[in-house]
Amino acid sequence: MKPKVAFFDFTSCEGCQLDALNLDVGEVLGLLGAVDIVNFREVKTDRSDDYDIAFIEGSITKESEIPRIEAIRKQAKVLVALGACACTGGVNCLKNAYTADELLKGVYGECASYYNTIPARPVSAVVPVDAYIRGCPPTTSEFLKVVKAALLGKRPDIPNYPVCTECRIAGNVCVFQRGGTCIGPVTRAGCDALCVSSGRFCWGCRGLVDDPNTNSAKDVLARYGLTLDQILERFKIYNSYSEVSQCQK
Amino acid sequence: MPEIKIKVNQLTRVEGHGNIHLEASDGKLEKVLWEVTESPRFFEWMLKGRNYDDVSTISSRICGICSIAHTTASLQATEAAFGIKLTEQAWLLRKLLYDAELLESHVLHVLFLIAPDFLGADSVIPLVATHGDVIVMAVRMKKLAYNLAEILAGRKTHPITPIVGGWSKLPDADALRDVRERLVKCLDDAETMVAVVKSLAPMIPNFNRPTEYVALKDSKEYAFITGKIASSDGGTFPLEDYQKITNEFCVPQSSAKYTRHARASYQVGALARFNLSSEQLLPRAKKAAASLGMKAPIHNPFFISVAQAVETVHCVEDAINIIDRLLARGLHDEEVKVKPRAGRGVGIVEAPRGMLIHDYTYNDAGEIVSANCIIPTGQNHASIQHDFDALAPAILDKPVDEIRHTLEMLVRAYDPCISCSVH
Ligand code: SF4
Ligand code: SF4
Repeated sequence: MKPKVAFFDFTSCEGCQLDALNLDVGEVLGLLGAVDIVNFREVKTDRSDDYDIAFIEGSITKESEIPRIEAIRKQAKVLVALGACACTGGVNCLKNAYTADELLKGVYGECASYYNTIPARPVSAVVPVDAYIRGCPPTTSEFLKVVKAALLGKRPDIPNYPVCTECRIAGNVCVFQRGGTCIGPVTRAGCDALCVSSGRFCWGCRGLVDDPNTNSAKDVLARYGLTLDQILERFKIYNSYSEVSQCQK
Repeated sequence: MPEIKIKVNQLTRVEGHGNIHLEASDGKLEKVLWEVTESPRFFEWMLKGRNYDDVSTISSRICGICSIAHTTASLQATEAAFGIKLTEQAWLLRKLLYDAELLESHVLHVLFLIAPDFLGADSVIPLVATHGDVIVMAVRMKKLAYNLAEILAGRKTHPITPIVGGWSKLPDADALRDVRERLVKCLDDAETMVAVVKSLAPMIPNFNRPTEYVALKDSKEYAFITGKIASSDGGTFPLEDYQKITNEFCVPQSSAKYTRHARASYQVGALARFNLSSEQLLPRAKKAAASLGMKAPIHNPFFISVAQAVETVHCVEDAINIIDRLLARGLHDEEVKVKPRAGRGVGIVEAPRGMLIHDYTYNDAGEIVSANCIIPTGQNHASIQHDFDALAPAILDKPVDEIRHTLEMLVRAYDPCISCSVH
């Protein structure tokens, strides 16, 4: 029996789902040969509530999304958080700087009462998560790697060192040396330092490494005459849910 | 006549969460509703206080499918606020990236999301067995669009290199040469796609509802990221006056706002662009439109997907032309200098699904004071509802499954980007 796979979207831009499937023809056929996709609203009409592996995209930002994710957790043997919104809360958590009232009145004016919102949170803040596919969006190769590991019942081999390591392998000139700021020193690698290699800097979309060396990060900042506050604003873009407080410790 | 109750929860093969609700008895329609239930995300508030250098990074996350469109609208809004003009090279690259956006999105919509409706399948997956050639071709076209975007922008979803005032890194000329060769072959694929659409066209429901069509229009070219706002009901408007067109308002059944202008609703998207600018299509796209018997104005919303197929040919032609120009002039590193200043800037582009507006006000330090974003599907929700109001009574005598399916198809024809419209 092929494992039954389901995709579910919560609050998000839905880019991860479609990007995950940006595969070559061979890969598509390989994947379809290995699993049964039984639930995938964005691509497929028929749906079934009998599945083994659930991919969750998006953060939890509405009261009604809580029972929905709990029901999925109950059914799924393996629950995978797909993308930054699901893994760390992602950009959605930027709204948590405001109260629901400020947001609803600010955007919807007098119709505010039609709608509701709760502080945005990653999936793991509501139910246990078995595996993470990080990034905004994740890379296709990491998606395939995690799927293969999940099928074999193994732990995927995801880097637990900072983006800086991959950045050096890529031969980039360090952003700090170019006079900018970069979250690479505390961000989990796995993207081949894509943004730095594209002439920019790391925004930290893959979340913190497990044991971020915040002291050495502070050293880097001190060396270049920067304070933590100066880079925290940027760090918050993807990590304002919980990790900012961790970093400030 | 029996009672009819249709409730489609979370319509499939569209981006985001929307429901269809119909009730009728004794052959009389009591209610037909297009409901948007997506969670609001409040991007306009997220952008407050952000430095201009991070703004397009955040706002591109409004939509994963049309993130290049959001990036472009966002950059153009910031550039308008700061009074920045792009160099010719930077501008050509931006237009080329935009062709990748439309190519990918249209192929995805027409061949993966819409085609199953016409072929009696629930998704593209069973079509792999029955229509393998077309699916392999569609995957090839999508992959090409992704690769073109990767060469230019680092990646397709949430581009990295386009920045305020230009590019953080230029593409490699050899990579452009290679992708050009694939684009030339892709012209044949795009024409095959048109032929596929033509073979399905007899199944398109015969439904016409003339309405107002709104799109960017440019005197020099088929407009995607240039021009002024134009309405088929008359008049052109400068970008800064977009609110005279959009007139947003709330309705309880939708967490996305509605818009209206000259009539109760207006339509944006590929058909609106075709209706306003079809004479400016590039030659092979014009031929494709003629082969489909398309002549503006077309008032059948199901033809949005047909117009997308025509635009697909146009984008491939356009991309080849731009690469030729870039290679002929050579790629040169250009320093990007940005001097923030206080002020307002409006950026409007034609996203795959229609007119997309980003409007920012900055302070002296280059931080956003206030932001407003209006999304194409937000403008189309009212049009979908008014189509429902006209279409449903006309098909009430059909079997329930057929009524449901026709309403679902109508929504899908708009290629709605629901989570994006709630932003
Ligand atoms: S700080 Fe940023 S630019 Fe520097 S090495 Fe680390 S990831 Fe690369
Ligand atoms: S470089 Fe940083 S921001 Fe860019 S993809 Fe990698 S982790 Fe994400």
